[in-house]
Amino acid sequence: MAVKTLIEAIRDALFEEMRRDPTVIVLGEDVGYRGGVFRATEGLIQEFGEERVIDTPLAESAIVGVAIGAAVNGFRPVAEIQFADFIAPAIDQIANEAARLRYRSAGEWWCPLVIRAPFGGGVHGGLYHSQSVEAYFTHVPGLKVVVPSDPYDAKGLLKAAIRDDDPVLFFEHKKAYRLVKGEVPDGDYVVPIGPAKVARPGRHLTVIAYGLMTTYALEAADKAAAEGIDVEVVDLRTLYPPDKKTILNSVKKTSRALVVYEDNLTGGFGAEIAAIIAEEAFPYLDAPVMRLAGPDVPAIPYATPLEEAFMVNPEKILAKIRQLAAY
Amino acid sequence: MLRDQTLTEAYTTPGRHREVGLSDGQVLEMYKKMVLARTIDERVWTLGRMGRVHFVLTSAGHEAAQVGAAFALRPGHDWILPYYRDMALVLTLGLTPYEIMANFLGRRDDPCSRGRQMPVHWSARRLNIVSGSSPVGTQVPHAAGVALACKLRREDRVTFVSFGEGATSTGDWHEGLNFAGIHQLPVIFFCENNGYAISVPYRKQVACDNVADRAPGYRMPGVVVDGMDPIATYAAVKAAVDRARKGGGPTLIEAKCYRFTPHSSADDDRSYRPREEVDAWRRRDPIVLFRQYLMASGLLDEELDREIFAQARAEVEEATDRAEACPYPDVSELYTHVYAES
Repeated sequence: MAVKTLIEAIRDALFEEMRRDPTVIVLGEDVGYRGGVFRATEGLIQEFGEERVIDTPLAESAIVGVAIGAAVNGFRPVAEIQFADFIAPAIDQIANEAARLRYRSAGEWWCPLVIRAPFGGGVHGGLYHSQSVEAYFTHVPGLKVVVPSDPYDAKGLLKAAIRDDDPVLFFEHKKAYRLVKGEVPDGDYVVPIGPAKVARPGRHLTVIAYGLMTTYALEAADKAAAEGIDVEVVDLRTLYPPDKKTILNSVKKTSRALVVYEDNLTGGFGAEIAAIIAEEAFPYLDAPVMRLAGPDVPAIPYATPLEEAFMVNPEKILAKIRQLAAY
Repeated sequence: MLRDQTLTEAYTTPGRHREVGLSDGQVLEMYKKMVLARTIDERVWTLGRMGRVHFVLTSAGHEAAQVGAAFALRPGHDWILPYYRDMALVLTLGLTPYEIMANFLGRRDDPCSRGRQMPVHWSARRLNIVSGSSPVGTQVPHAAGVALACKLRREDRVTFVSFGEGATSTGDWHEGLNFAGIHQLPVIFFCENNGYAISVPYRKQVACDNVADRAPGYRMPGVVVDGMDPIATYAAVKAAVDRARKGGGPTLIEAKCYRFTPHSSADDDRSYRPREEVDAWRRRDPIVLFRQYLMASGLLDEELDREIFAQARAEVEEATDRAEACPYPDVSELYTHVYAES
């Protein structure tokens, strides 16, 4: 099995799905000859042509709106929003149209649509190339929200998203694109949307994370192990609908839970995970549910020390793990 | 404000429909649909006042534009993305009076949403009428996407998308036309310009004289047509449809018309529309004008006209009774159709 980066795994999934199914099309800004600003779609236009790999005008609402129309009429569009920070103009199309189409027509209409968007900080992206936007969408039934953290899952989940009959938001962490490597099978496989996974089994406490934070949590867990703290890491993979069972099973086993997310603390998706644990596993807890997240400031600044101060990192996670273990 | 009085002069020329390819039977059928739509319209306003329909918004004043356009389309073949004012359009395309009444009453047999959406959010898969939402203009990029799919499959289907002039102020509207223009997609953008977006008049809504003036910026023809004249509207839409079917790209058509009622049952138009203006437009009621035209053309007499109205009333009566007898959706339906698997 070849070792690949997360972005290579995503590209593999796009190639394989476009070969498998002629109704799969890709559209977005710079997805054609430029191959996407992160090279996720590199080579697609050479193999599949301009009809199936569409460079769109710089208009996010139209990217999603046109994709919805094509999805309604038998295609499976994979729309790219160049940076998750730019998704705001498309929120109406995503939340009011894509998410509600099946419900509002009582099942007569639906749109099998994937919206890929690179998100996250730690890449010197400043306010508008660093954001985590998942919490805007984890509040919207009708959507599925997926965040892969390793290359194997990235490929398998993207294939599952493309084959799904409902709109899927697929957030890819920019820093993880080339930082995170792993074994990826060449052939076809699918990682189902829904289930979280135990990325590292452990006995003393549970860290729940997604995206780059899973990588960081695993690093912190290795260091904690050297100190005698056996950490279980649950990688959510699918944020919405959430896999309560895997989360609760882990917390019931370890009795301690730390939720880690890169987004702002207040109202971030991790707040929902904390609420689920508090509500449904309270009798099992030996310590309060803890959260580690970005501070409640409007965005991630560009200057290196400020960005580093904002970002959750393995050291900060390790410190929180120690605090939770000692409670 | 009769902006377009000159547009309709040709309307009085008897037999003119044959010049645009409409048969005598077709124009009589158009008239029947207009009368039927108006009859439904009046009935739902009554039901609204009685508290039996919770929200009324209808097409009175727009019947000529909508029925004329519908006759230029192939129901069940072409794609339709209507807006909330389009009851006469969807009726002509094939929704039945019973289905429309079930929609207004929010009953189980509402074909658009089984009672989920407010009334007038038209949808019917069997007719390729795509479900829309309440935020205006959002269906415009959908139309471009639907048409893109048709083009990729090399089909001869056209996509018809309609909206009021208020929607032309939205970003989605411009983004949708731009996309369709770039790819020369088979779309008919149909603006039913009645001069008001709820209370805001055209001069505060659109910076150019006509909505159709925007078309050249999106590499498509822009056509202004008298929306009180079903024959003129039919001819304009038919020409656009024929061109789009042959790969000739999109068209923006602006049908100038007027709504005879407030925006909806939640509106009172007396604060923003002078009564003289409403009365002046009512004198150009498309149904009255079309009746005169058909009589002048020798296709309609008083007796047949009475029959048509009586038939419409009977049909609406029956549809209303049936729809009121139709149960509401079961409460368990609150949780269905969230995802494919639920």
